Order: sequence, then structure tokens, then C-alpha cells
Amino acid sequence: MDFMVFQYPMISVQACLDGILLGILFALIAYGMALQWGVMNIINIAQGDLVILGGYIAYFMYLYGIHPAWGVIVSPIIMFFVGIAIYKLVINKVVDRDLFISILATFGISILFMQLMNFAFGADVVLANSDYGTTMLFNSNVVLPNSKIFSAFISILFAICLVIYMKKSKLGRAIRATAQNARAAKILGVDTEKVYAATFGINAALCGVAGALISITFTIHPYMGLPYTIRSFMIVIVAGLGNLPGVAMSGMGLGVFEEFADYILGTEFRIGSVFLLLVLILVYRRFKLSRKREYLK
Amino acid sequence: MKINKLIVSFISAAVILLSTSVVSFAKVVGDKIVLGAAISLTGKYSSNGVHTQNGYNMAVDRINSMGGVKVGGKTYKFDIIYYDDESNPKRAAQLAERLISQDGVEFMLGPYSSGLTKAIAPVTEKYGVPMVEANGASRSLFTKGYKYLFAVLAPANLYLDVAIDLAVEKNNGKGVTVAMAFEQDAFSQDVRLGVLDAIKRTGSKKVIDDKLPKELNDMAATLVKVKQMKPDVLVVSGHTKGALTAIRQISEMKVDVPMLAMTHCDAAKLSKQHGKNSQYALCASQWHKTLTYKDDFFKDGMTYDADFTKEFGYAPPYQAAESSAALLVFKDAFERANSFDQKKVRDALAATNMQTFYGNIKFAEGGQNVDKPMVLFQVMCDDGGKCENKVVAPTKWASAKLIHPIPSWSKR
Repeated sequence: MDFMVFQYPMISVQACLDGILLGILFALIAYGMALQWGVMNIINIAQGDLVILGGYIAYFMYLYGIHPAWGVIVSPIIMFFVGIAIYKLVINKVVDRDLFISILATFGISILFMQLMNFAFGADVVLANSDYGTTMLFNSNVVLPNSKIFSAFISILFAICLVIYMKKSKLGRAIRATAQNARAAKILGVDTEKVYAATFGINAALCGVAGALISITFTIHPYMGLPYTIRSFMIVIVAGLGNLPGVAMSGMGLGVFEEFADYILGTEFRIGSVFLLLVLILVYRRFKLSRKREYLK
Repeated sequence: MKINKLIVSFISAAVILLSTSVVSFAKVVGDKIVLGAAISLTGKYSSNGVHTQNGYNMAVDRINSMGGVKVGGKTYKFDIIYYDDESNPKRAAQLAERLISQDGVEFMLGPYSSGLTKAIAPVTEKYGVPMVEANGASRSLFTKGYKYLFAVLAPANLYLDVAIDLAVEKNNGKGVTVAMAFEQDAFSQDVRLGVLDAIKRTGSKKVIDDKLPKELNDMAATLVKVKQMKPDVLVVSGHTKGALTAIRQISEMKVDVPMLAMTHCDAAKLSKQHGKNSQYALCASQWHKTLTYKDDFFKDGMTYDADFTKEFGYAPPYQAAESSAALLVFKDAFERANSFDQKKVRDALAATNMQTFYGNIKFAEGGQNVDKPMVLFQVMCDDGGKCENKVVAPTKWASAKLIHPIPSWSKR
């Protein structure tokens, strides 16, 4: 235990800002997960691996001399088609089945992706340099890498675009209709098969954006996907499905929680504390549900 | 009845097949000495696994083409059976069993990483199979009393204590303040123990002692503390991801420390991935091409570097060099033992005292090499942004002068 974070107020400010910027990025991944969970009732364990794959696309652009920031445009386009391909090959066979089967199927996809990425890109840890420099605040007591600010900004931009698209476009309305009641939507002429494919594609595209941002701000590695899956799973559980402000808030909350856990408990417990929080939230939710059920009786 | 006959003939066929395969793979066949190795060709250690394999292969080709191994007046050639351990300790232990009990291998080469060596060592020890390993530096390997394990590399606790000594020397012999960030794995924690010893020995003080997780990709919290405490030395060890993350965030957060010491810089291709941002970082290394050790097979480090680059298309990291050295040790031991008796070869290995292009090799009781110091190099860049690793310590091998303290970010 180390309470240095409370002794120096500037460290708290630093932790909060770092956490919020990080949380916005998590929220973007979680929003993709919430979307396809809500529409297709599928929990995608391979979410983190799609993120890492998106990161590799930006990394390869960087290797070929293109600025990795362009990855936030190229990566989602490629990942959209990757998502549709995964849907056509695997997901459409499990979409109406029970949740357990879809978890198993996406778990399988996750392992396959990890091994394929390891095979294709090698086991080295890699990163893409953006050379964006640093912003100093409060007499240089708080430092924010511009790459983190950039990634938060891009995440917000994509989230806003997505919300508008969902509200205004035909496909967006079809997706929302399918999420509310797939059978009714089908009867009213919505091609649910197409909607499912598009949803999975959009989710993969969001992962692609997030991955490109992660390759700019952190590092990527074929086996680093799982922590991102867990984080987005948690954010979605806290926020609920189809609740974008909720996802954003709980994403930022998680980011700040992680940063403070890092300072107080030590970096080694950072991911551990996320898991612990997940268990606590699940227990709490169950407790709340059981009370509700009793009330209904 | 018919089915019974079928089963019997099937089993007997299988038995015959198995027994012949054992005979055909036994330790020394005709003029071949067959060594066994489980190597990480896939999984998270695959890049370093491939370096290890390339190092082994390079040495096998070189020794075979330069006359092979002479035992009992006859000339033998090396051959290696490889299996892929998938970077998985359990699999590595199974494969060691298989190499020894099914393939009949009587001499082993080590895998990549301390963790996998730890998994294999009990197996080779059980069967009394001498193993020369080149990529397991964890101190705990050498305190278990293994009799058949020999490591050509310096143990992990010696990786970074040189850096603390160097900082104290620069501070006119007075103790320094040290910030430490180490990953929680066997190797990095051993490096940490070495640093702690050095801190105690020199009367220095540790001000930060952070442990990094396996999924490390963000160490901003540690660095904020470093900014606050202003230590004289920052020591980081967390494999390649530790080195890459540290440099990225130190440069982004403009963290000023007089000395920054790390491990795994060349595996992380630090100067290539980070360019000028990695400048002034001190890195612990088992080997560097400019060291002036010599042997008859690879001549010296520079020649090894050139030959390896020609054959495999990339400059050899120290993981490849130490792997090549392992075969030189085996050759030397076979010739001195003048026999293929495992016990005699083991005793010959224990009595090894030789120089290779990689360094002097002499084993202590526990099996670690005690005759080869670690070197520290510093990343130095010219104005054009081209960076190179130059040895700065120990002084005997130094090809450049240490730049200390590191200039602050505002002046770069």
C-alpha cells in the first residue's frame, strides 16, 4: 500500500486525467461490445483480439512509412470486412443459440486469432510512434502525452458519428429495431441476417479504431487481447446495453479506478483489481436481482 | 478370433516400429552425435526461440565443416533433434521426456528462457543427461544442486548490479538513490535481487520498488513517482515490453533521470523502434560483438556478427551468440572426456575452462558460468538520428565513454 497519491495533490490530478483519457478509449471498445450484445445477444470474447489485430494494421502502415494516425481510418475499413467474414463463417451459426455456445465459439475465435497473429506478425512487442509530443499542465507537474489526448478525441469523434448514424440512417434504424425485437423486425421486412452482419462488422470496425489508437499510445502483442475483453465486458455490465452515456461514464470510471489502484496497490495489482471489481459488481447485481425477484413474487 | 489376430499383429507391428525407431535415434549413430533440444518455435517466446535455434545451427555447421568432434580417434559430427515446445513449460518437460526415453538422446541443449529451463532441468537430472543451456539465467536454476545442468551465461542477478556500481563510482563513491521497476517473473525478480545486493553493498538507498504485471503496457504511475522522487538511477526490467514501454513513456512524459538502466534492449530493438528517444539508455547484455574474446571456430565477435548476418539476414542478438557457444562447450567436453559415457562427459563439462568468441567459460558448483562478466552498453545516436549500442562498462571492454548524467529533456 502506498498513499503517495494523496500526499501530492498533483499526482491525484495526473491519475484522474490519465484515467479519464484511458477510460474514453475503453468505452469505445465497450460500446462495440454493447452494440452487438444488445442486437445479437452474443458476448464476444474475441473483442480484445480484434482490437489487437486493428493495432497491427496501424503498425504495418507505420512500418511502411505512413503516419500511424491514418490507421484510425484504414484499420476500421479493413476490420469491418474482417468482422463480416467472421460473422459469415462462424457467428451466423450460433446467433440464435444459447449464450453459452456463443461464448465458446468466440472463445475459439479468440484463441485462433492469437495464434494466427503470433504466426503472421511474430511474438515481438511492437508499437507505432506518432511523435505527437507532450502537453505540460500546472507548471509541468502534470504531463499528458498528446497521443493519449489524440486517442481520446478520436474515440469521442467515432462515438458521436456512430450515435448519429444509428439515429438517422436506415441501417441504423434497422439495427435498433432488431435489437428491440428481432422477430417483429423480421415480420416488418427487416433483413435481420444483413443487420446482424452489419452489426458485427461495425463492432469490428470500432475495435479497429481502438487498436490503431492503442498501437500509438501503448504497445501491442498477439497475446494482449484478453485484458481489453475483460474491461469492455465489465463496462457493459455496469452500464447496461444500449446506453451510450452510461458506457462512457463507466468507461471513464474504470480508467480512473485502474489508475488509482495502480498508485495505491502497485502496478502489479492493476489488472487484478479490475478482475476483483468485476466479481464484486456481478455479486452485487445478483443480489439486487434476487431482491427484485422476491418483490415480484 | 480374426479380430484378436488383427490386434496382436497391430500391436507387434507397433512394438517393432517403436524399437527400431529408438535404435535409429540413439545418442551416437555411425559418425553422428545426436543432441536433443526443445525450442520455442511458436508461442510468446518464438522470436527468441528462433534466435536460439539459429545460434545452435550456425555452430553445428561450423564445427562439422571444420573437422567435427574427435573422440577415441574417430571423427564425429553434431546433429540436433528439435521439437517445438510452444513456449509452454509443461510441453517442454514432456518433450524432454520424449527426447530422452523415446528418441534415446543422451545429451541435451537448453530451451529459451529461464522458465522453460526450469521445467526441463528436473527431467534431465532424473535421467542423468548432461544439458548445456544458453538461455536460462535465473539464479534459482543454480541453487537446486543440479549436477547435470551447465549454463554458459552469467546468472540473472549480475545483470544490472554493474549499473549501480557505475552510478556510485560517478557519485564519487557515495551511495545513490535508486528507483526500481521489475516485472513479476522469475528472471526479472532475480535481476531485482542482484540490484538489492548492490544497493546494500554500496550503501545506496531504494526509493521506489514497483512490481510490473505480466500484461504490462502502461507504467505511467511508476514514472510519475520517479518525477516526484528524483532518484539518481532508474532500473527497469520487464523483458522486451518493459524496455519498449519504459522508453516510450519516459520520452512522452519527459522524465529526467541521471541514469536509466534496463535489460532486453537489443531483443526489443530499442534503437530501431524508438530512434533518438532511446538515446543514453544503459543496457545489460551477455555479449557484444566488439568484445575481444577469441576462439578457433568463429574467430571473434566481429567475425561472428558478419557470418551470422550473412547466413540469417539479421545481426545476431546475444541470445544467438550464447547458443552457439553452448555447442563449443559440448565439443570441448566430448574431446576431453574422450568418451560418450554420460558420467564422464558430465565431469568433463564441470572441468571446462576455455575461451570462446562469446567469453570465458568456467562453471561453478551450481552450473552457472562465473568467468564472464556482463557488459553494459549505452545507446548513442549521431546527429542524423542513427543509433548504435556502444559498450561503456566494464572499463576493460569499453569502446566509448559513458555519458553521465543524461541530459534533461528540455536540453535535447
